[in-house]
Amino acid sequence: MKLDFSIGQGADIVVNYILDNFTPALDAIAATIGFVANGVQDLLVAIPSLAGIVILTLLSLWRVGWKFAVFALLALALVEHMGLWRAMMQTLALVLSATLIAVVLGIPLGIAMARSQRVAGLVRPVLDLMQTMPAFVYLIPAAMFFGLGVVPGTIATVIFAMPPMVRLTNLGIRQVHPEYVEAGLAFGCTPWQLLFKVQLPNAMASIMAGVNQTIMLSLSMVVIASMIGAGGLGNHVLTGIQRLDVGAGFEGGLAVVVLAVILDRITQSLGKGGSGLFRRLSLRSAAASPAGKSAGG
Amino acid sequence: MSDLQTGHDGSSSVKVRARNIYKVFGDEPERALKMAVAGEAKSDILAATGCTIGVDNASFEILSGEIFVIMGLSGSGKSTLLRLLNRLIEPTSGSIEIGGQDITRMSRRDLITLRRREMSMVFQSFALLPNRSVLDNVAFGLEVSGMAEGQRKDKAMAALEAVGLTPYAHSRPDELSGGMKQRVGLARALATEPGILLMDEAFSALDPLIRTEMQDELIRLQAESSRTVVFVSHDLDEAMRIGDRICIMQHGRIVQIGTPDEIVSKPANDYVRSFFRNVDVSQVFKARDIARKSRLTIIERHGVSAASALRQMERSGHDFAVLVGRDGRYHGMISQDLLVEKLRGQAADPYREAFLPEHHPIPAAEPLSNILGRVAESRWPLPVVEEDGRYIGSISKSSLLETLDRAG
Ligand SMILES: Nc1ncnc2c1ncn2[C@@H]1O[C@H](COP(=O)(O)OP(=O)(O)OP(=O)(O)O)[C@@H](O)[C@H]1O
Ligand SMILES: [Mg+2]
Repeated sequence: MKLDFSIGQGADIVVNYILDNFTPALDAIAATIGFVANGVQDLLVAIPSLAGIVILTLLSLWRVGWKFAVFALLALALVEHMGLWRAMMQTLALVLSATLIAVVLGIPLGIAMARSQRVAGLVRPVLDLMQTMPAFVYLIPAAMFFGLGVVPGTIATVIFAMPPMVRLTNLGIRQVHPEYVEAGLAFGCTPWQLLFKVQLPNAMASIMAGVNQTIMLSLSMVVIASMIGAGGLGNHVLTGIQRLDVGAGFEGGLAVVVLAVILDRITQSLGKGGSGLFRRLSLRSAAASPAGKSAGG
Repeated sequence: MSDLQTGHDGSSSVKVRARNIYKVFGDEPERALKMAVAGEAKSDILAATGCTIGVDNASFEILSGEIFVIMGLSGSGKSTLLRLLNRLIEPTSGSIEIGGQDITRMSRRDLITLRRREMSMVFQSFALLPNRSVLDNVAFGLEVSGMAEGQRKDKAMAALEAVGLTPYAHSRPDELSGGMKQRVGLARALATEPGILLMDEAFSALDPLIRTEMQDELIRLQAESSRTVVFVSHDLDEAMRIGDRICIMQHGRIVQIGTPDEIVSKPANDYVRSFFRNVDVSQVFKARDIARKSRLTIIERHGVSAASALRQMERSGHDFAVLVGRDGRYHGMISQDLLVEKLRGQAADPYREAFLPEHHPIPAAEPLSNILGRVAESRWPLPVVEEDGRYIGSISKSSLLETLDRAG
């Protein structure tokens, strides 16, 4: 018991020390994240709901297929009908800005892990910690450092959602066929050339899977993030729980699911380099072209 | 292949010189290296230290312009030896000179320059980058070395043309068949115009017909612009077909280096011999290998009168003589009887009239298997000439039978 107490006290001291001594740094971080998160949110909320529905439906048609586009159209119309469009855009903004930050931080970290066994050894337990530590534990310090609102919500989301981005970047680079790497080196690549011309392009599928997972994990944080004022659909679920209003909670949850399904399918298709209607059209035109690629077999 | 001869009189320069190179894989390279230097076997070293000896005290020279084949069973260290030459694998000890520079002591930067300018590589499973078009794959080496886009595309196009794949420039690698992919691999390696081409089992993944085709292609490209080729293979027929010299490895050591026929006729040990158990010697030996000068009288056509030629033939006891020009080129073969007859008939040009009819020389590079029939049917010995027409000797029925018998 005594030990447990002293660790808790230690954490307190650390948090207070940071608050006392690093306020300018914290402010700078808050300003940066706030700029990204609010910028994305202002942009998305400004789009009229009708235009938003059309854009997402077209994206579904392009990346996934016409059946899915029909589903997306109906589901989005339902969200609009429930009066949750604005909340959904706030949530989307939170997810996108958290993902953006996770990508910007996670890819270089994943690359560093792939290059150095020592970095990998240091980073791996930190990632485990980020994923297993209950979110409430860092929600409190996040609120203490950054106040309430979108910024701490985004930070908490990034902490929870970034690990797969790092892991899958690392894995993707390590899994590049060793002969590709040998070819790169044999033709005189510098380490940077090897990274950008050989490793990253061939790790792209894995990296995109990381983006997809990060988005999905961000979505699973929306309710928790709204507890510290991140707003969006999480708020509706939360008030539903607080007031025991099953209907409101269900509507908010349904909208989260709609957003999740659409984002999932669209981002999954990114790693595979296109599918659906447009791909079939472009294949057809390639087959019709006189280049005679079919003779290649 | 014709560089072989120059190589042997030492007029050809040394391109790669490796001295006492060792490669130890594992955590205790120092101790393993000491044991290896003391001559202990690979298996004992593995048991004692947990380290694998990849290459064990290899010293050799590769001549400029030759095709040097590294052969051996799986795990004998062929790929490791090849990768030591461009330092994809770092040697544990020893020195490797390329064009007089010791690459083992080169800085990273110089090494990159060397790889860009001086050497390139062809891989067993092609290693074409799937995200690039065929043309961009071929241009890869040039792109990496910073050549401007227009220029490198032109060069890559030229390299693609050399392997006959111009129409596929804008295809993706996965749209090509295996043989075509490896042509692209070859074009990529040739595009940078390297002095040395490193090829690791480059044709092993191809089916037999395509494989032979690619071997011919390599020999052709080699003849057009003579590069030094270091070729890893585990296939003896391939080694024989394309190799000027063959280096045979066993457990990381080099057990023999020699020309194909040296290796067939004087194998260093049973391991080497075991490779040849099923080899058809008539494929290995070329006409030049068994042609002998002593069997016929050689007469220089200009300056030797027909009468004195006849006397020479009588003195040496040969029924036939070969007429050559001042430059050593083959002109024709005459028989003693015919020459006597023509001399009696006061022919204007007795030599010309005494030529044996329908008696065409054999090219020196022809495998014995292709000339068995002709030698068997011919009543006279058959002359053998080099590509430039120089007479190098003759083959008789008895000499051919003797060779086949000795080697068999
Ligand atoms: N990276 C490595 N780490 C440890 N051992 C290695 C490594 N690379 C090669 N070896 C060992 O070195 C020895 C030589 O391997 P190498 O790949 O050069 O053989 P090879 O003759 O090319 O065989 P193959 O015909 O199967 O390609 C083998 O015993 C192999 O297990
Ligand atoms: Mg090998």
